[in-house]
Amino acid sequence: MTALAARRRHPLAAAAIVLLGLLVTGVAYAAVTPGRAQATTASADDVAAGKKLFLANCSTCHGLNAEGRNEFPSLIGVGAAAVDFQVGTGRMPLQATGPQAPKVVNKFSDEEVRQLAAYVASLAPGPAVPSAEDVDASKGDVSNGSLIFRTNCAMCHNFNGKGGALTRGKYAPNLEGVTPTHVYEAMVTGPQSMPVFNDSTITPQEKRDIIAYLQAVETDTPPGGVSLGSIGPVSEGLVAWAVGLSLLVGCAVWLGAKAS
Amino acid sequence: MSTTTTAKAAGNLGNWADERVGASKGVKFLARKIFPDHWSFMLGEVALYSFIILLLTGVFLTFFYIPSVGHTVYTGSYEQLAGQTVSEAYASTLSLSFDVRGGLLMRQIHHWAALIFVAAIVTHMFRVFFTGAFRKPREINWVIGSVLALLAIIEGFAGYSLPDDLLSGTGLRIASSIILAIPVVGSYISFFLFGGQFPGEEFIPRLYTIHVLLLPGIFLALITAHLILLVVQKHTQYPGPGRTNENVVGYPLFPVYMAKAGGFFFIVFGITALMGALFTINPIWAYGAYHPSPVTAGSQPDWYMGWLDGAVRLTPGFLEFQVLGFTVSGNILLPALIIPGLVTMPMILYPWIEQWATGDKREHHLLDRPRNVPTRTGLGVMAITFYLLLLVSGGNDIIATHLRLSINDITNSLRLLVFVVPPLAYVVTKRICLGLQRKDREKVLHGRETGVIYRTEEGEFFEVHEPLGEHDRWLLVQHDSFRPLDPAPAEDERGVKRPGARFDKVKAKLSSFYFEDRIEPVTPAELEAAHHEHHGGHEAVEGSDEAERPALAGH
Repeated sequence: MTALAARRRHPLAAAAIVLLGLLVTGVAYAAVTPGRAQATTASADDVAAGKKLFLANCSTCHGLNAEGRNEFPSLIGVGAAAVDFQVGTGRMPLQATGPQAPKVVNKFSDEEVRQLAAYVASLAPGPAVPSAEDVDASKGDVSNGSLIFRTNCAMCHNFNGKGGALTRGKYAPNLEGVTPTHVYEAMVTGPQSMPVFNDSTITPQEKRDIIAYLQAVETDTPPGGVSLGSIGPVSEGLVAWAVGLSLLVGCAVWLGAKAS
Repeated sequence: MSTTTTAKAAGNLGNWADERVGASKGVKFLARKIFPDHWSFMLGEVALYSFIILLLTGVFLTFFYIPSVGHTVYTGSYEQLAGQTVSEAYASTLSLSFDVRGGLLMRQIHHWAALIFVAAIVTHMFRVFFTGAFRKPREINWVIGSVLALLAIIEGFAGYSLPDDLLSGTGLRIASSIILAIPVVGSYISFFLFGGQFPGEEFIPRLYTIHVLLLPGIFLALITAHLILLVVQKHTQYPGPGRTNENVVGYPLFPVYMAKAGGFFFIVFGITALMGALFTINPIWAYGAYHPSPVTAGSQPDWYMGWLDGAVRLTPGFLEFQVLGFTVSGNILLPALIIPGLVTMPMILYPWIEQWATGDKREHHLLDRPRNVPTRTGLGVMAITFYLLLLVSGGNDIIATHLRLSINDITNSLRLLVFVVPPLAYVVTKRICLGLQRKDREKVLHGRETGVIYRTEEGEFFEVHEPLGEHDRWLLVQHDSFRPLDPAPAEDERGVKRPGARFDKVKAKLSSFYFEDRIEPVTPAELEAAHHEHHGGHEAVEGSDEAERPALAGH
C-alpha cells in the first residue's frame, strides 16, 4: 500500500488511472450489455464452408473480408441473425438495385444459410439466430403482444401487420406468412429502414408476445366476415361504392325498367 | 265470405279515422298523387331508406353503448385484448360486438348503411345537378339537400369517432389539430369543444349527444321539409311526348309507388344487411383502444372525409410559417378549412349562379338532358374530377404499397394533376356534349342511319336514312337554347350611371361563358328545308307543328 502511495505522484499515474478506468468501464459494459454473443456453436467446417459461399455470392459488394465499401455495409458484427434474416427471406443476395430489397424466394438451402451465418458470426460477435424457445408463440401473451405491437410496430406495419408505405418507394412489408424466427431477427437486427429493437427496448418475453399476437392475427377467423385486406377505410369505401351502391342502382334500374 | 268481412272491417276502420281526424282527405290527396317513373328518381329514395336503416340499427346500438371514457379493464370474449385497460366506450363497443347476440351484425349494417347513405346522397345530387332539377322553383330544396349532404359527413364522422378505438382517436386528433390551425381563436375553440386539452374526457359524451340526438333531429326536420317541398312543388319529369311544364305524367302513389317504394326499401335493407353479414367494416377490435401515442399505418377517414384528408396530404409543408413569434399553420388552414369553404359555397349557391347566366325566371318542371347544357355538365364533371383526385390523394399510401410506387412520386404527380385534370375534364366534357348535340341535329335533319347502302346506276353510293318518328324527334328538339345576355347600357341617356350596372356586366360575362359555344336545336323551318333537299322530298314531313320550339321569354 505504501509502495502504491509513494508512486501516486508518478508522471504516468494519471495515464494509468485513465487506462484502468477505461478497462473497468469496458469490461463492465461488456458484462452488462444484453448482447447475445453466439449462442449456438458453429464448427470450423461450417465457417470454412460459409466463407466459400460468402466469397462466391456476397463479396462482390460486401468485400472479400465482409468489410463493406461505399454504400455497401460492413458485415462485421451484424451477427448470424442478420444473415439468417437477409438470406433466409431471399432479400440478399440483392437481385436488383431499387428503393428496397424485396422478399423473394430464397435460393440457398437451410444448411447453406447456416454456414453463411456461421462465417459472418465468426468475424465478430453479434446477435445470434434465436432459439426455438425464443420464438415459441405458445409462450407469448397475445394481449400484451397486441399492445406492444400497436405502440412500436403499427405506425409502419399497420394495425394488423399488413404493411404500409414509407418514403420514396420504400415500405414496411406485410408480416403475413413471415416466420416467427424472421420476425424476431428483424427486431434484433433492424434490416433496411427498420429500427433495431434490442432486448432493452423490447425484452425477449415481449418479442415472444409480439410473435404470439402476429400468429393470432393470422390464425384467428376474422369475426366480421371478409376482412377486405385489413387496410382500413379505403377498401371499405371502395366496397361501399363498387358493391353497395352499384347493386342498389342496378336494382333501381331494374325497378324503373319494369314499369315502362 | 271472408273478403267481404275484411273489406267491411277495413271500411269501419277508415270511417273511424275519418270521423275523428278527417283522414280521408289526406289519404285521397296522397293516394292520387302522381309521380313520374325513372330509375334515377330512386337515388334519393336509397338515401332515405338507408337513413331509416340507420335509425333502426342505431337505436339498437344505443342499448349497449356506454358514452364514457372512464377507465375499465376489458374482460370480454375477444382474447387478443383480454385484460387491457380501455375506455368504457371502447369496452362497451367490443362487448356489443362480441357478447351481444347479433350485435356485430347490427354494428356492421349501421356502418355500411352510413357509407351508402352518403354515397346515395352524392349520386342523388349528381342526378339533380346534371338534369337541372335545382332550377326555379326548387332552389330551396337544392340548398336543403346540400346542407343535408354536409351534415351527413359530420354525422358520419361523429359516429365513427364514438368507439374510441385507435383509428377514430387519430381522426379526432386531426380534427382538433384543424381547429387549432384557425388563427387567434383556434386554441380557444378547441378547448371549448374538447373541454380542455385534447383528448380530455368530455368529447365522447358530447359527440354522442351530437350523433344520436342533435344531428338526427336536424336530419328528420330537414328531410321532412325536403319531402314536403317535393310534394308541394311536384316531381320533375324527363321530357317526352305529352309531358309539359304544366303536367306530371306517371303513376299514382297508391297502389303503384306504395308497392314499388315499399319493395325497394326491403331491397336496400337486404343489400345493406348482406354487406353487414359478409364484409368486415371498421374492425375496432383490430385497431385496439385509443391512446394518444400510437398511430397505425394507413390511417384514413371513411370515404366521404377522404377528400379532405387528401387535400391535407397534397398541401406542401412550407405553408406553415411564423409571424411575430406566432405559428400560422397555412398547411392545415388552406386544405382543411379554406378549400372546403371554397368548394361548398358555389355548390350551395349554384342555382342562383346559373340564373344569373341565363336570366331565366320561369319555372322548370321538365328536366334537361345533360348534353343540352354543355357548360353546366362540364362544370359538374370538373368538380367531380377535382373531388376524385383529392379522394385518391387521401389513399396515397395504400396506392403506394399496392401498386409498388413511391409515395413521393404519387403525391407530387397529384399536386400537378389536381390543377391540370379538372379544367381538362371540363373542356372534354363540354366538347363531348356539343358533339352529341350536333349528332342530335344531324339525326333530326337527316334521319337515322339504317346501314343500308345503295348503289345507283351511275356508281354513286349512298346510305338510306330513315326519318325519325315524331316522338323521337320531339325529344331532340324540345329544349331551350340560351344565348349570351347583353348587359343593359351602364348609363342612361343623360349619362347617369345606372345602379347595378356593374353586376349586370358580371352577369353578362358569366352568360357568355355559359352560352357562347352552343348548338341550337333544329327549328321547324330548318327541318322543312332539310326535307326539301332530300331527293325530291320522298318522305312527308309529319307533325312539324308539334316540333315547334316553345317560345323563349326574354329573347
